[in-house]
Amino acid sequence: MTNHKALQQATAEITEIAKGFGLDFYPMRYEICPADIIYTFGAYGMPTRFSHWSFGKQFHKMKLQYDLGLSQIYELVINSNPCYAFLLESNSLIQNKLIIAHVLAHCDFFKNNARFANTRRDMVESMTATAERIANYEMIYGKDEVEYFLDAVLAIQEHIDPSLVRWRYGNEEVEPEESEPVMRKTAYDDLWELDHKRIESNALEPKRKKIPATPEKDLLLFILEHSRELEEWQRDILTMIREEMLYFWPQMETKIMNEGWATYWHQRIMREMDLTTDETIEFATLNANVIQPSKTSINPYYLGLKIFEDIERRYDKPTEDMKRFGAVPGSGRKKMFEVREMDSDISFVRNYLTKEIVQQEDMYVFEKKGSQYKISDKEYRVVQDRLIAQRVNGGFPYIVVEDGDYIRNGELYLVHKFEETELDVPYLESVLPYVHQLWGRIVHLETYVDSKLVVFSFDGKKIHKRFA
Amino acid sequence: MKDETGESFIVSQENWTLHRKGYQDQKRHVDKVKKAIEDNLPDLISEESIVMSDGRDVIKIPIRSLDEYKIRYNHDKSKHVGQGNGKSQVGDVVANDGSKSAGQGTGKQAGDQAGSDYYEAEVSIAEIEETLFKELELPNLEQREQAEITDEDIAFNDIRKKGLIGNIDKKRTIIAAFKRNAMEGNADIMPIYNDDLRFKTWDPIVKPQSRAVVLMMMDTSASMGNFEKYMARSFYFWMVKFLRTKYEKVEIEFIAHHTLAKVVSESDFFSKGESGGTICSTAYEKALDLITKKYNPARYNIYPFHFSDGENMSSDNPKCLTLVEQLMAVSNMFGYGEVNAHSRYSTLMTTYNKIEHPKFRHYVLKENKDVYHALKKFFYKSMEDSV
Repeated sequence: MTNHKALQQATAEITEIAKGFGLDFYPMRYEICPADIIYTFGAYGMPTRFSHWSFGKQFHKMKLQYDLGLSQIYELVINSNPCYAFLLESNSLIQNKLIIAHVLAHCDFFKNNARFANTRRDMVESMTATAERIANYEMIYGKDEVEYFLDAVLAIQEHIDPSLVRWRYGNEEVEPEESEPVMRKTAYDDLWELDHKRIESNALEPKRKKIPATPEKDLLLFILEHSRELEEWQRDILTMIREEMLYFWPQMETKIMNEGWATYWHQRIMREMDLTTDETIEFATLNANVIQPSKTSINPYYLGLKIFEDIERRYDKPTEDMKRFGAVPGSGRKKMFEVREMDSDISFVRNYLTKEIVQQEDMYVFEKKGSQYKISDKEYRVVQDRLIAQRVNGGFPYIVVEDGDYIRNGELYLVHKFEETELDVPYLESVLPYVHQLWGRIVHLETYVDSKLVVFSFDGKKIHKRFA
Repeated sequence: MKDETGESFIVSQENWTLHRKGYQDQKRHVDKVKKAIEDNLPDLISEESIVMSDGRDVIKIPIRSLDEYKIRYNHDKSKHVGQGNGKSQVGDVVANDGSKSAGQGTGKQAGDQAGSDYYEAEVSIAEIEETLFKELELPNLEQREQAEITDEDIAFNDIRKKGLIGNIDKKRTIIAAFKRNAMEGNADIMPIYNDDLRFKTWDPIVKPQSRAVVLMMMDTSASMGNFEKYMARSFYFWMVKFLRTKYEKVEIEFIAHHTLAKVVSESDFFSKGESGGTICSTAYEKALDLITKKYNPARYNIYPFHFSDGENMSSDNPKCLTLVEQLMAVSNMFGYGEVNAHSRYSTLMTTYNKIEHPKFRHYVLKENKDVYHALKKFFYKSMEDSV
């Protein structure tokens, strides 16, 4: 337990140091909470989010690990203005100091990174409203009915278009309207048409307006606008969940950067503070836990930190080459702030993960061979490309709507933009029924399995698999 | 929320005790698991991991449709990035299949079984029992005079000043002596007088005892394969568990038969196969023999069950019929389970179809799920519906 006054003082001190370093954050609200509350927020992603059993399942899992002493949430911070950060009531003072320093940098990142420019800073309130509305629909249409719908939406919630600039709508309006063939009113109308050969030939091959005009990445939006199945309340829920996903998306796109940035700054800030010997040791232990690398995955805290430190070092003492391109000696920090503003994980790794870091950190690519996972490559470019590929589209397969009126039967044709990695087929086969539920007609998805083009279809009863 | 106090931060601690959302949704998830168990009961109770679990309390069972499905990448066919200690080389093993840790937090991956990716829920057998036994009931046949079946027992539950010296309660004796000595101004254990002695004394307890015996008969002739035996085993597993909830003591006798019947151990019963033909009447004779010698119908509720594939020697069938009648006279019920996956013509079943007796119950098991249906048929709640 932390002494409230000591915490207050420490927070003031850390805030001053952070400001001195040039970090630029929203006003902060620190809430001290018991463990189950922190884990609730962790599971839901937000204190005020709507109710769903999947969050309950997640909560239970996280809480169980905590109860068994297997894990501890170090930080929980919300991208909002004012910015909320949650501190576990059983934290020691030094744990809280680290967390506060860490979340200040996160908040700075939320506020200044270009990816976050469009995120709603009032999302806490907005999610409260969403939760209330969904609860209200549960009252009206029944809990099971709403849950049945939520299950379907949540299964495809990542398939939105998070582009910062959207120009899709303008594009659609330019599409020229096809002239409708003349409707026949009586059985003898075709007699009149003998005089108008031109019209008839036109009617023989009617051009249909393609929906969507260009492949649409935003599956949620497409269903929202074009499904004939949905009722008003369902459209409302779909809209709200899409909004929430748009809000969370930048965090998925900047995981390595955001954590690296926060870790870099909590280390720098803690160095400025007067710590006792015991505190120093405790801090070192905590910090070591946070940045521990893993053999089977990339620890974003660690890799992000390494890249930022490397940027600082290289731009403080630029090589002749770099100088020719305008790098000024001693500009390390300045460059770091620029990167935190302009980049996301993909460009961050592409531009600043150097060959030296890959070698020094002994990074590798591994894959499954037989029953074992083996290192398959250590080449700089291979590692870098793989890391980037993993970050594309937030790590989710890239799916587009190719046709919303497939074989002119109102069927939905989706295409997986295949890039080297195959889909999990059993999972796909479980998701298609959900899409069918939302679309109301047959749905198809085209992808590659074992290097062969396959179309999976669900007609409401069974999954069909067709090799194209 | 936006209070312009000039402070750029606020530290606050509120009372969160009313914030129960996590628990509420957790409960919703638990409810869904329960429902899934209920819905999948026929599949679950013939689940091998349960029947072979040997009394482990918690088992992992696959539950469909409780995973949060996403369109996601195939973990096993993807390449991942990791980080070594500086000495890693191409070809090094990073992880093994069993203990792998998923890269992007995708959680548990399915094994290699094609097309089956289930959410594994930890379920205690007790939970399944609870759900299953809710639907079962003992056939309410002639009430055995249960009160007659009593057991005498004794319980040491009293302390007296007189008693057998072997039953002396040393601790209480010493305390009594100490107290008395202390009252006399000498806080010591010694001396101990006769009056200080305390004895444990018992009360006789007479309680009605309910006992049951299951006479498990099975055809072990060559025609009974693994599937047939497994069906019998699953059925028996749940039946014994069910009877244990109703009776304080459930004894089980295993009678294996082909052309001869003998009483065998449980492991032999389910694992050993014999060659040769089938004469079912031998098993019934053995069962009647056991009842006369060991299990007096006045003291036991008797449940003879016979599992066979129905291929009995035709000349033996009339004899079987008579013996079954005799068995039913002394038993609570007689159950005949025929494992017949391909709907063959069964001589035994043809014979038994003629029996119309409230104590006689039979079921033909065709697939795994039928274990559940057989249980329901044998232990159905009311007689009228079951025959």
